[in-house]
Amino acid sequence: MAIIGAGILKGLGVTMRHFVETYIEDFKYMGFNVDSSAVRRQNPKNRGLATIEYPKEKMPLPENFRYVPFLVEDTSKEEEKCTSCGICAKVCPPQCIWIERTEDPVTKRPVPQPKQFFIDSTICMNCGFCAEFCPFDAIKMDVNYEISYYPAEDYKTAAADAVAASIQDNVLPVHGGGAVGRLIFDKTGLMKSDVYHATIHPSDWAREVAERKPAPAAKAAPVAVAAPAAGLSAPKPAGPKMAGGPKMAAPAAGVVVPAAPIVSSEAPAPAVVSPPAQVPVTRPSKPKIVGHV
Amino acid sequence: MAAGAPAPAAPKPAVAAASPVSGAKPPAAPAAVAAPAKPAVAANTDAEMADITAKFEGLISKAPYEGVFINDPARLVEVATYVRDGLHFSMLSSITAVDYPKDGVIEVVYHATRVPSGGKPLCFKVRVPREDGKCSMPSLCGVYPGAEFQEREAYDLYGVRFEGNPDLRRILMWEGFAGWPMRKDWKEAYFEGETKPFETRWPAGKHELAEERVPWQDNVTFPKDFDPFSYTSKPDGNIYESMTGNRNSVQGFPDAPVVVDANGMNQPQADEFMDELKTDEIIVNMGPQHPSTHGVLRMVVKLDGETITDLKLALGYLHRNHEKIGERNTWLHNIPYTDRLDYICGLANEWGYVLGVERMMGITPTPRVEYLRILMAELTRIESHFWSIGFLLNDVGAFFTPALYFITERDFIIDLFESVAGSRLMCNYMRFGGVSRDFTEQQLQRAHELAFERLPRAIDELDHFLTENDILKARCIGVGYLPADRSVAYSLTGPCLRAAGVGYDVRKADPYGYYERFDWDVPVRYNADVYDRYLVRVQEMRESLKIVQQVLQRMSKDTKVGDIQAGKKAYNHRVPAGQTYARVETPKGELGFYLVSDGGQNPYRYHIRSSSFINLNSLKEMTVGYKVADSVVILGSLDIVLGEVDR
Ligand code: SF4
Ligand code: SF4
Repeated sequence: MAIIGAGILKGLGVTMRHFVETYIEDFKYMGFNVDSSAVRRQNPKNRGLATIEYPKEKMPLPENFRYVPFLVEDTSKEEEKCTSCGICAKVCPPQCIWIERTEDPVTKRPVPQPKQFFIDSTICMNCGFCAEFCPFDAIKMDVNYEISYYPAEDYKTAAADAVAASIQDNVLPVHGGGAVGRLIFDKTGLMKSDVYHATIHPSDWAREVAERKPAPAAKAAPVAVAAPAAGLSAPKPAGPKMAGGPKMAAPAAGVVVPAAPIVSSEAPAPAVVSPPAQVPVTRPSKPKIVGHV
Repeated sequence: MAAGAPAPAAPKPAVAAASPVSGAKPPAAPAAVAAPAKPAVAANTDAEMADITAKFEGLISKAPYEGVFINDPARLVEVATYVRDGLHFSMLSSITAVDYPKDGVIEVVYHATRVPSGGKPLCFKVRVPREDGKCSMPSLCGVYPGAEFQEREAYDLYGVRFEGNPDLRRILMWEGFAGWPMRKDWKEAYFEGETKPFETRWPAGKHELAEERVPWQDNVTFPKDFDPFSYTSKPDGNIYESMTGNRNSVQGFPDAPVVVDANGMNQPQADEFMDELKTDEIIVNMGPQHPSTHGVLRMVVKLDGETITDLKLALGYLHRNHEKIGERNTWLHNIPYTDRLDYICGLANEWGYVLGVERMMGITPTPRVEYLRILMAELTRIESHFWSIGFLLNDVGAFFTPALYFITERDFIIDLFESVAGSRLMCNYMRFGGVSRDFTEQQLQRAHELAFERLPRAIDELDHFLTENDILKARCIGVGYLPADRSVAYSLTGPCLRAAGVGYDVRKADPYGYYERFDWDVPVRYNADVYDRYLVRVQEMRESLKIVQQVLQRMSKDTKVGDIQAGKKAYNHRVPAGQTYARVETPKGELGFYLVSDGGQNPYRYHIRSSSFINLNSLKEMTVGYKVADSVVILGSLDIVLGEVDR
């Protein structure tokens, strides 16, 4: 026969242990620079508190993490890899991809290059089918999950007006002063370099390099992918004047994989909380470098 | 701790012998058997169909693909009674309707199951004309009380009137809604095309916002005399009028002759006493914005003092006509949508859907795929039970300390899902005949750490922390009682049914995947109250962990790395014409997918037998007679997720 209240005391023992263990864990690592505290806390071996203080700290994202996709730009040719075959638009479950095919002005035959490419990120369900089924490795899932903004406050600002104007140029319907339009990405807004892709998806990139048979890139060590410094970004000179935002600089022609040898687990902190008015781009483009589980 | 009384199905010798693990002994014979042991579950229902065909001569004819037709709807009740009593299909798993506008009929499809022995469900169908006024048939609520919500759903979405249903109102749509939204000719407000992929996406590619096709424009129709601007609804009138309970119907109240209070003073007979006081009964709305209702569920309770005398549910706040979306989608498109049903256990839902499509297409997944699926599904069960126990404790009043401890453990599992599948909850992991990615070495390492170190410790801690807790026991023991026969009649499934002594688990009763190759038991308890539901869940976590550990130990030996797709990976599946009812055991109960294909790219019918939704059928009977504070705990013990209830 149990004593009344014994169960409660046992339970209180558990809460006490939880309370103490966090301090023990913290003492254990005091002064040792083992790992970032976020990584350490979220390791199953940690017995203390597992929470981290987002957005001050962030978890390194696994390579497979997926968020609204981007189009891969082949930096050696300075053009998108997409051939506008339309498979991604067909497999997209909520049907949020619109691709307009280019026609040859003379022969009227389709040219393997999209004239326009829209993804409505307000509809995208981040399923990853488009990246999975694209036969040309031309569309990949991104890791930047911080694309929210404050429409009520900033859609009247000059920056947003500029966006709205450029959206209009691309025949996009503008709603609420451009607020909705800002989460609809067009071809320029979607494009990111293959260096960026290689950085966030090293093993996927390694597979691509290995599959590309007689490619010069195959000689480059597949895992030695560049982590371009955050300051490297520069706008692509040519291109539609849609608010494309600064992009990853293209590496020197011919060098597909720059030899910069780093994949650091700690990205140079991307400026995530910049005031919306100063982000007149459809898409934050500074890369985040991911760790692996 | 819960004594694990194993499930009915004794291990098949053939499987045990084929088990690739050297030295693996066949599971020990069960000490206490919850149900009459059957050597193997029935693979088909041919004998039963022949039986009813002979018994009801001229009434029954064979239906294409699956089941039988009952040619005269008026005699449905007679046949169903025989199916229940003569053939012992005591639980009605699923009721749904399919619209065939070309034939001018709506087909209502029933699947009945033997409980707990399982086997293939018996399917019978009835056809009624589509025209309003003629579209009606008898209700089966008298035979299977669990039919109530499902019939209301079929009425709401297809317009089939079930004469005799005690409360035939709309259930997912709101009162005053015009039209039958699952019929083939019904078009939703942002209607764009009958089936995906839509023509405008490629090669024309002109983007258009859905808001452009606003409801007030030409793709929406209204009844002739309807003016949206002057319309005022009385949405709640019916629900309050339909509350029938009164204090005399409270269980145990009128029969309890004398209530003895603590001082031993006799009090007058309960109802006389209440009459003297001249109290009123009041109706209280709990929810939809109430923290204890686990989302947007509204319970309308009628109270006599603090005692509940009647309870009605208002559902549909999260309704999005998931099934209609599913019928516009291609077969592939539906996989990520199933994640969004019961978003606590998305991977389990995916399995149910791909299982159905694989059966229709005749694909057999590779061993690696089966191992990975079991691994993911059982980890899902553990994380879902962590979640539900945590929130049950919230409902009891242990506000968030237990819940947060368990959410921490759950998050480690979800981290693993994220690193493998790419997303924490919306995993989109399974494919037809495959899975999207294999585990890497590091991910397997992480799974090992979880399965052999972290999770066993966490479950032991949970047990130590809560099971003996006096307050928990005081709040849970004897609360929410629903005996086994009533549970089966109400089509209750999952841990709640097993806490009532019925060892029915789809993994044993209608096996799928490689579950038969592993050694595990189905925990069963007999008190049918909230506490036993809790204990069954704790024990199920341990059993799931046993499966996960065996999978991890055997996977590298039994399977090839990277062998994650049977056949060629494709995106444009054409599923041969046919029908199937595929079911899996999710952490909440039996999740069924009734799929009909006409041979095209899109499902002709995509129905979800939602365990959360159907388990709510029995909430009223579980709650009436208890105090209003108990209703919160009882609802917590049912463990519903509104994403699946409302679909
Ligand atoms: S992104 Fe890929 S799948 Fe989509 S159109 Fe371009 S090449 Fe085809
Ligand atoms: S991730 Fe899925 S929803 Fe988003 S664009 Fe790709 S296919 Fe469409």
